[in-house]
Amino acid sequence: MATRSVIPFGPQHPVLPEPIHLDLVVQDERVVEAIPQIGFIHRGLEKLVEKRDFNQFVYVAERTCGICSVGHGWGYVSATEKLLGLEMPRRVEYLRTILEELSRIHSHLLWLGLLADAFGFEALFNHCWRLRETILDIFQRTCGGRIILSIMIVGGMAHDIEDTELKAICDQLESLKCDYQQIVNTMMGDSSVKDRLCGVGVISFEDAHELSMVGPFAKGSGVEHDMRTTGYGAYGDLEHFEPIISNECDCYARCKVRCEEVYQAIDIIEELVAKMPQDGIGGKPKAKVVPEGQSHVLIEQPRGEAFYYVRGNGTKYLDRFRLRTPTSQNLGGLVKALQGVDLADVPMIILTIDPCISCTER
Amino acid sequence: MAYSSKSPWLIHYDGSSCNGCDIEVLDAMMPLYDIERFGIINTGNPKHADIFLVTGGINHQNINVVKHIYDQMLEPKVVVACGICACTGGVFRDCYNMIGGVDKAIPVDVYAPGCAVRPETIIDAVLKAVEILDQKAAKLAESRK
Repeated sequence: MATRSVIPFGPQHPVLPEPIHLDLVVQDERVVEAIPQIGFIHRGLEKLVEKRDFNQFVYVAERTCGICSVGHGWGYVSATEKLLGLEMPRRVEYLRTILEELSRIHSHLLWLGLLADAFGFEALFNHCWRLRETILDIFQRTCGGRIILSIMIVGGMAHDIEDTELKAICDQLESLKCDYQQIVNTMMGDSSVKDRLCGVGVISFEDAHELSMVGPFAKGSGVEHDMRTTGYGAYGDLEHFEPIISNECDCYARCKVRCEEVYQAIDIIEELVAKMPQDGIGGKPKAKVVPEGQSHVLIEQPRGEAFYYVRGNGTKYLDRFRLRTPTSQNLGGLVKALQGVDLADVPMIILTIDPCISCTER
Repeated sequence: MAYSSKSPWLIHYDGSSCNGCDIEVLDAMMPLYDIERFGIINTGNPKHADIFLVTGGINHQNINVVKHIYDQMLEPKVVVACGICACTGGVFRDCYNMIGGVDKAIPVDVYAPGCAVRPETIIDAVLKAVEILDQKAAKLAESRK
């Protein structure tokens, strides 16, 4: 029986651009226990709601995380709009949904690249990120920014996206599909990739349910939980929507779910562009103060379900903004998945939950 | 010998940024912007690195981590603050847990503003950092004579 030793992982580690610290208790190359330590990116963003009025806070909310910035902006504005009792034009909901799905594609491509990097397939890493530039290019053309878009305001959109532009987006996505298929073929079919992914980091359906995991991490374990099925935004207008599920419960399953979700996102965008209503893009709300009361919104981010809560107190400042992000839900599952694995598989298992530490710690 | 201005190595640490600048730093190394054509490589080991890219501001939890990475790097070394949060604290400067820009913890040589910082700006900043690296190396050689 070998003695136990502790290997520190992070906060500065090549596999993750973000800082998280794990104390890995190891015995003979096997991880016995993983103890996470967080707080390296904690800024105290939620408290800032007391110093910025409800219109200004959109910009802070968007900067919760650079990868899912669209979703955070959307979550905040729709929770505030609900509190103010505003009804959004359908076009606004459609445009927001399209942007969210675009950001899902960009987030998943980014993640696929990082995964390829984690198991040492650098060419695939570069290829994924090259494809991702297509989406960033669309963002830059339509919104002005590559990462932080700042196109959503409380009460609508800051500016419209023309119909001709939307058609061009569809064409671009159609041409992206072809290149993307090649990546998926490698990710799903290559035997060296399969060797690293199949049967690694298994989380059973029961565990996933018990630890209330969300997003592709849960979907990879067969949990059918996707907030888009509730039909918020424009998802209710889709002909057919079904979350993508896989029952293998390992790293390969999570990878498969994300690969498929990109195709699904492209289909959603194409369907919404074809149905785009023409009823204006709203504008800044007339209300100068937020009424007393509270409201909440649940949306499906690329990483899973996110919860937004706002409470007003009759002034132009909100009383409280609360955000529960998918990664904080999934950290419990991560610690569970790390128990008993080989030390060499640790980076990959950490990556397959797609951790977004910036969101988690805010 | 860790220093070479012809092919400096980078190390990147995410302070308390929103992730936007981090992925732009990585993006600068990808095929479209390709910072590697200047002979620059991203490394995970502070002892191999010449240029230290920090994104995001400094908070009470990570100030020692940043100082520690900086101390492990060998002389001559250059620090680049990437993004407005790393320069001044940016949109989060009023948050209770923020101390401010990276210069509150370690000396910064090049400031690259932007939210999120664009890959073009990062390339510009890194090339400027290489010049400073050259000057520092010359000074170091002078003092050793």
